[in-house]
Amino acid sequence: MSVAHCGDFRQTYKDDMLVLRTRFIRIAVGAFVLLLYVSPLFLSNYVTSTMTTIAIAVIGALGINVVTGFTGQISLGQGAFMGVGAFACSYFMRVVHMPFWLAMPMAGLTSAAVGMIFGLPSARLKGLYLAIATLAAQFILQYVFMHLDAVTGGSNGIPSPPPEFGAFTFDGDRSKYYLTITVAIAAVIFTTNLLRSRSGRAFIAVRDHHLSAEIMGVNLFKYRLLSFAVSAFYAGIAGSLWGMYTGYISAEHFTITESINYLAMIIIGGLGSVLGSIFGAIFMTLLPQVLTVGTGALADIFPKIGFLIMSFKDGVFGIIVILFLIFEPDGLAHRWRMIKTYWKLYPFSY
Amino acid sequence: MEFYLQLVISGLVLGSIYALVALGFAIIFKSTSVVNFAQGELMMFGAYFCFSMVVQYKVPWIWAFLITILFSIALALVVERLILRPMIGEPVISIIMVTIGLSSVLRSIVTAIWGTQIQVYDPPLFPEATVNLVGVPTSQVYLWSFGLSAVLLALFAVFFKYSKAGVAMRATAFSNQVALSMGIPVKNIFALAWCIASVVSAIGGILIGSINGINVQLGHFGLKVFPAVILGGLDSIPGAAIGGLIVGVLENLSDGVLKTTFGLSGIKEVAPYVFLVIILMIKPYGLFGKKEIERI
Repeated sequence: MSVAHCGDFRQTYKDDMLVLRTRFIRIAVGAFVLLLYVSPLFLSNYVTSTMTTIAIAVIGALGINVVTGFTGQISLGQGAFMGVGAFACSYFMRVVHMPFWLAMPMAGLTSAAVGMIFGLPSARLKGLYLAIATLAAQFILQYVFMHLDAVTGGSNGIPSPPPEFGAFTFDGDRSKYYLTITVAIAAVIFTTNLLRSRSGRAFIAVRDHHLSAEIMGVNLFKYRLLSFAVSAFYAGIAGSLWGMYTGYISAEHFTITESINYLAMIIIGGLGSVLGSIFGAIFMTLLPQVLTVGTGALADIFPKIGFLIMSFKDGVFGIIVILFLIFEPDGLAHRWRMIKTYWKLYPFSY
Repeated sequence: MEFYLQLVISGLVLGSIYALVALGFAIIFKSTSVVNFAQGELMMFGAYFCFSMVVQYKVPWIWAFLITILFSIALALVVERLILRPMIGEPVISIIMVTIGLSSVLRSIVTAIWGTQIQVYDPPLFPEATVNLVGVPTSQVYLWSFGLSAVLLALFAVFFKYSKAGVAMRATAFSNQVALSMGIPVKNIFALAWCIASVVSAIGGILIGSINGINVQLGHFGLKVFPAVILGGLDSIPGAAIGGLIVGVLENLSDGVLKTTFGLSGIKEVAPYVFLVIILMIKPYGLFGKKEIERI
């Protein structure tokens, strides 16, 4: 698929396993990361805060891509696992008085534990049945959020205190952005490395052919459960960051719609691709905003059918998902590779 | 005692409607191996369309019912041709996602046309007076719904067993390729499966709409059918019927018992999913489902 540059020889195994293969890629990625850190200084608060939500979505999407894209276990519960993380993080900070940097991983672990409980049926089930099991997880957890008043505040929701580091409080748009983007970059690096490890290769083997994987000595149950745990851990981290970002958590955010959004992200971005998770997260976070602006403008022009246009917002989301699945089933990451390959040899494509 | 009896009766009614919708689900899954997450939206569409006919255009009930059935057949044909047929041969996750996308499109069309308020059939489909059933006053809607669902389920059981189209559908479910080589038009069978599913869902929607009123929440009913189909076995048609009844009764009983003894509210919403997880852990392929045995 991808075309290597002239002179790009790989003579050792280590060379072959490099994530950033050529000097150009290393510089480009470095520049991009630098841009991520510098850009908020020049951008408005609104744009910065949108970028924060994208970064949170990237973490959540990476999580669901580990379980769905790499291990092939469809999960419809990512939204609820995010909720577990958000409420756990708030609980650890308010009641146990943990600092945020400890509460966040703890929330991730709590979420991972819950994820493993609902991943248990994966011992005997796969594919479809598992999708339905995680759907059940989503609704059961939603019920718990609404009724476990002591931890989640029931239908009123509960505040999430801002993180503090020494005397510094993360409560501005920029400081929240920097915290989130740092975690998101760490998540991207961790996922990329996970996929080069034994566990990552085992995940992919389970997805491609679970029986062959078992013959090769991959413990199916262990790795399926592990992928659920990793995925829910990411969701927990994303959830705690979400709590930090909004400052107030309510059960209404972590519905089946949120889970479907995450699933749509990785399908649109590209299943089984780290880059795809990032593209999908960007696309799905910006889409509602673009739609709101677009439908708002249309409603101004045609005030009579304003209500009609507004209610079609949801439908447009559905149509986009359907069109993507029919015409671009491999997602944005695949399209991106095609574009890169095209320009690499331009104008001599043969 | 009367309290429990009442719970069981309303549970059976709810269960019979679950069974009806589950039947549609199982038919689609059996012959096309598509998991339809838009089943609830098909229900909702049928219920609202019938509402339009009866209340807004004052069509007599019997005609409104028939027009709704024709409409849901047309809807199913459009959906199958435009959305599902290009997806043949794609992985499970894409197909699940495409039906989820479909459900949000259908929901937005419904809200665009009919708004989001709860609507009621006026005049009602069935007489409102209650009748005595083993000493328990029961509204006639319940009896009619149960009876109609039972008749439809029996009708489809006969259809699959004896009619030519039914046998062709079972053959397609067994293996698309073999069916194709025997001269069965598999594409038409797929379309037929969607039509049947859409019609039974629309009838289920009208029944539940005349019990609880019609609103956008009907879409969630489609998801609550999953426990029923899983209990019965995903690809079993009698299983769908029995699973629906059991889940309906269990849901109502657990709701009533937990509310009176522990004061927990809203168990109704979550109970079917708790059963679902339990069933999946104990008997993953349901009561009558085809077991997938894999050995190395």
